[in-house]
Amino acid sequence: MNPFLTLLKRDIRLALREGGAIGTALGFYLIVIAMLPLGLGPDLNLLSRIAPGLLWIALLLSALLSLGRMFETDYEDGTLELLAIGDMPLELVAAAKALAHWLTTGIPLALLAPVLGILLNLDISAYGVLIATMLAGTPAISFLGAIGAALTLQARRGGLLLALLILPLYVPTLIYGISAISGALLATNAFWPNFLILSALSMGSLVLGPLAAAAALRIQLQ
Amino acid sequence: MRLFAENLVVRRGSRIVIDELSFSADAGEALLLTGPNGSGKTTLLRAIAGFLTPEEGRVMLEGGAKDASPGEQSHYVGHANGIKSSLTAGENLRFWCDYLGAGTAREEKRERIDEALERLHLLALEDIPAGYLSAGQKRRLGLARLLVSARPLWLLDEPSVSLDTASVGLLAGMVKEHVASGGIAIAATHLPLGLENASELRLGAVRQEASV
Repeated sequence: MNPFLTLLKRDIRLALREGGAIGTALGFYLIVIAMLPLGLGPDLNLLSRIAPGLLWIALLLSALLSLGRMFETDYEDGTLELLAIGDMPLELVAAAKALAHWLTTGIPLALLAPVLGILLNLDISAYGVLIATMLAGTPAISFLGAIGAALTLQARRGGLLLALLILPLYVPTLIYGISAISGALLATNAFWPNFLILSALSMGSLVLGPLAAAAALRIQLQ
Repeated sequence: MRLFAENLVVRRGSRIVIDELSFSADAGEALLLTGPNGSGKTTLLRAIAGFLTPEEGRVMLEGGAKDASPGEQSHYVGHANGIKSSLTAGENLRFWCDYLGAGTAREEKRERIDEALERLHLLALEDIPAGYLSAGQKRRLGLARLLVSARPLWLLDEPSVSLDTASVGLLAGMVKEHVASGGIAIAATHLPLGLENASELRLGAVRQEASV
């Protein structure tokens, strides 16, 4: 088996066995969405109008919670150094770890979103589109997030710094994700263009994220 | 095969830790780095592994793989062991064997892992999560990595920390065997590892006078 798959398998196994990161992200997502109707009042029309935006923003914040740990544990126990002098370039190490993060956090969050949509009276016709845009958009969260995770590796209490660095990078994903949903809901032709741009953003981050993250990791290992 | 460093200058922050150091180590040679705390032993090993970029000079592994840096042909044993506490000892070792030894046949990997576990007296601990191991057992598990994939250069930074006397003997045996099979070992240590025929590189205040 090649090193990429070996590392991916190990990271998924660790995430499932330790469970903390996935559980925290899903729990946070649930709590935030459950509290919104309490704060905004029981106006169903209002809730269903702003539901896609709220679901997307809460998803970004939930995913952000677990990003900080992407390289941190490996850095602390010396694994990262050994991975860096392994047979695989550091870029691919970063890609494998970001992919593992997407599989164990991005996908569960995207699948939980429609369930939480019930709490916000999300239009029934929007469920399919919501899942599709989230599955297409969440890779960008993990792969761009890898850059922030690598940059804040040695910063104490780097969580807030990570959010400041990375959230602005999520703006395009957020805009096109929500535009795609509104496009589908309003039955205009705006779904496909927005959805394709959203996918393109994810594809771009798939390439650029690991490159930038690896460069940051090299500095951190000095 | 020969490892050599030419006029190596390594800076940490504003301080030049290694100044114009040149040395070489031939295949079959064990080189012990000695010197007081802060004399640059870890810095030198990390520079050889490629974690630190030297200001000047270079480190080369002659006769090694052409497209790989010295670091990519070396096993590095640092202060941390590279062990995941929620994986069992066996899973940890199998991961490193798979990761570092891509392309090796499955049976051969299995054999190497069993041999390494037995040699370092870890067989009884194979199915125990590594988080429950003692510091010395974790160290032995970290060292077992060196046996499951073959790399010509061993960079050992205080490898005997938290090992008992018997395990230090095992470590010395491993290093001897590696060197006898044509490998190179560079170890930073305060304790004598019981290696005969090892040359010494003393790092100290006068860093230019490196005697090999």
